[in-house]
Amino acid sequence: MSAEHAPLLAVRDVSKSFGAVAAVRDVSFPLYAGEAHALVGENGAGKSTIVKMLAGVHRPDTGAIELDGVPLDLRSPADARAAGIAVIYQEPTLFPDLSVAENIAMANPPRGRLRTIDRGRQLRDAEALFRRLGVMIDPARPARGLSIADQQVVEIAKALSADARVLVMDEPTAALSAVEVERLFTVARSLRDRGAAILFISHRFDEITSLCQRVTVMRDGRHVSTDPLAGLTVDDLVRRMVGRDLSTLYPERTTTPGDVVLEVDGLRRDGFFRDVSFQVRAGEIVALAGLVGSGRSEVAQAIFGVDPRDAGTVRVHGRPLRAGSPRAAMAAGLALVPEDRRLQGLVMDASISRNVTLPRSGTLARLGLLFGGSERRAAAEWTARLQTKYGRLADAVSTLSGGNQQKVVLAKWLSTLPRVLMVDEPTRGIDIGTKAEVHRLMSGLAEDGVAVLMVSSELPEVLGLADRVLVMREGRLVAELDRAQATEESVMFAAVGQTRAASAQSAASSGSDDSPAGSARTADKDRNASADRSAGTNAGTDRKTGAGAGVEVAL
Amino acid sequence: MSADGNRPAGTRLAGANPAGIAAGAALPPGGDARPRGAAGRGARLGRLASWDLGVVVLAVLTIVVASGTVENFSTSRNFTFLVLDLLPIALIALPMTFVIVTGEIDLSVASTLGLSSATMGYLWNQGLTIETIIPLCVVLGAVLGAVNGLFVTVFRLPSLAVTIGTMALFRGLALVVLGDTAVADFPARYTDWVTGTIGGSAVPNVLIPLAVLAALFGVVLHATPVGRWSFAAGASEHAARFAGIRVGRLKFWLYVVTGAVAGLAGVLWTLRYSSARADNGAGLELAVVAAVLLGGVSIFGGRGTLPGVVGGVVLLAALQNALRLSDVSNESLNVVTGALLVVSVLVPNLIRRTRSAFARTRHRPAPLSPPPLPGS
Repeated sequence: MSAEHAPLLAVRDVSKSFGAVAAVRDVSFPLYAGEAHALVGENGAGKSTIVKMLAGVHRPDTGAIELDGVPLDLRSPADARAAGIAVIYQEPTLFPDLSVAENIAMANPPRGRLRTIDRGRQLRDAEALFRRLGVMIDPARPARGLSIADQQVVEIAKALSADARVLVMDEPTAALSAVEVERLFTVARSLRDRGAAILFISHRFDEITSLCQRVTVMRDGRHVSTDPLAGLTVDDLVRRMVGRDLSTLYPERTTTPGDVVLEVDGLRRDGFFRDVSFQVRAGEIVALAGLVGSGRSEVAQAIFGVDPRDAGTVRVHGRPLRAGSPRAAMAAGLALVPEDRRLQGLVMDASISRNVTLPRSGTLARLGLLFGGSERRAAAEWTARLQTKYGRLADAVSTLSGGNQQKVVLAKWLSTLPRVLMVDEPTRGIDIGTKAEVHRLMSGLAEDGVAVLMVSSELPEVLGLADRVLVMREGRLVAELDRAQATEESVMFAAVGQTRAASAQSAASSGSDDSPAGSARTADKDRNASADRSAGTNAGTDRKTGAGAGVEVAL
Repeated sequence: MSADGNRPAGTRLAGANPAGIAAGAALPPGGDARPRGAAGRGARLGRLASWDLGVVVLAVLTIVVASGTVENFSTSRNFTFLVLDLLPIALIALPMTFVIVTGEIDLSVASTLGLSSATMGYLWNQGLTIETIIPLCVVLGAVLGAVNGLFVTVFRLPSLAVTIGTMALFRGLALVVLGDTAVADFPARYTDWVTGTIGGSAVPNVLIPLAVLAALFGVVLHATPVGRWSFAAGASEHAARFAGIRVGRLKFWLYVVTGAVAGLAGVLWTLRYSSARADNGAGLELAVVAAVLLGGVSIFGGRGTLPGVVGGVVLLAALQNALRLSDVSNESLNVVTGALLVVSVLVPNLIRRTRSAFARTRHRPAPLSPPPLPGS
């Protein structure tokens, strides 16, 4: 543990906005030499924005990043590297076809005579670095084929070769197995003990306690606290990260499920999911839970027809639905609010009005023409129903906050008057107030007889809203739980597999007052299936943890 | 969160599918600030100084300046020539606008024009009537466009690569069809109509169908579902597909229409010069793309207006015409076309970058004024 001297790097009153969205507001915290500092917070708390500012990707709107008390002006990643700040991302950014040594020396290769690259020295330098790190990687081999963990180690070697004094690790462990995490940590610890300052971002408390000495908590873009980790319990941290009483989020609802509206039978898409069969009744909210990458979004997309399906049938009100045709799905009364709002849900550069009416421009046209403001009226009506806050309907939808963007997506699909509403991560990255609105909205829709299928990685949302929970694991439906059976524990067991039950239970229960217990949340950020699988494994792996909270918690 | 915010309140919305949105009272408004401030200012600025308006102004300015300084520019005879010169560019630029708006490109249009012209000559030599040949050439263009569309949408190949290939292919076929000979003896009734003017005025006959087509394409682009889909497909193909738009089908038909219009342009070109040749319209695709980009259509798709494109065509044609009258060589005219193409891609990007830099430095917290309730 280092003494309380002047910080090596200080983030001071930093703010950053994207359009109207304030991602980070007045955040300050210090990084000390020889210390690993954890940065924790829920998704959307602003951690990644901080990392990108340190990496020179974004420039702070106000405030400054100071190194040895001197403000830095980081205009590009090259500036950050020159200042001695190295960033290691969850997904390593190596050139697969170059050798490990070439990757390490990429930014500043050793020059021989005639300014050509001195390959011999390049190799020797890499070997020396690996010796310092205590790892065995052949510097001459190509980067392609290295495990993710080894790639992370190469990234660290890269940072070392640039004499990095500050190492920022943005969820480097999300895709690693327990053994690999330990290996990465050994390297990180040796760096730390040589006087580097480490900023470590992770959702897993056991990793934080095993590596870090200090922790900063962020919430909704603001700084909550910075404290030495010793003496803090996991409960303390969770409470600070969540900072709210969750009970108000979920409306009470009396359900009287009606007829079966959506029937999925034996649905399969090769490489993604298989044997998926379930029904959703009118007035029912059915949640599709599971780790990211378990195939949930793909099921919803195959039902809607955006993705193809290889086998199985989908029936709406008993009538079979043609595969691969979103148009047919829409005609049958289906709507899909997709997972990735910015990529799939909205045309970001187009106006609010165009976005809301896009699926209906055919029906809004009179004699084939869209004159006379029919689009504007429809958009005004539906944005008002959803209490969307905006300047003008003609403004680009990208100027709205995340929550209001999501309302535009919801308005877009609710205006098609769907009888089956599929929502994929309906509250991802939106503020708490809007989350509550969205939850009430879905609840109200169900009461009005809409069949709702909800894909969500947020357990409290799943448990708070769903009448039934279907759990997917590795492309298959592994459990169906009714409201009484569905608990954080039972859903997580099913999602990660029963064999991990013992430790998963402790994970789930210790995070209970907020709940995104377990790796569902961790996995939330991952983009690929392999990451999830190993995340699941990690959550359950029996591993020694550091002092402080002695429980296995993955948040 | 207010205490009564738990229940979906009783003020259910009316309508066939009343979305059970909680009453307004249940939620404190102003959870997040409304995006006025920098974004609003930027938008207003954008409207005042939009690119396509600028191009139209520039086109008018060019004509005014040229009329004053270039000898013979403002004569009625030159006006007729100016319109006849811009006719093929303007015609093909109309569907090309759609293609570029959807984020694709078609570089084979000039070769389609050439193949259409060569086919016209060949069929005329075979003794077919001109009334049969003209629709055949348009259909041929459509088929050639369908070939492009097939490669781009079914085989999902990049349109740049596909149409560079078909550009060479179609031009090669034109040479196969007609060799390096020319066919010239087309009926005077048709050639005279194409080069003629309305009742002895300076307005060429061909301006009428051109204006009708321009209006048609403009309405389709800006006021029909097809136009909406084109913009959406170009701005975000993913989002378009998730909104139920059949992007592949749309693009396929846009290529077919582009080919058909290029075929028609081949017919008009042949009749205007009364000469069917395989190398007719060589290099025209660059002028067309330059005019469309100059007219403010984004090469990345998703942005653009048809009036802007018309302005771009007029600007390009007027500039070339004025330079030609000032005895600038044809080779130097290519320099102008090329430079305009680069400028029209470069400047909008520079403007956008400057604007976002401006927004960054001027950023202030958005004022918390209540939103004007739409519809209330």
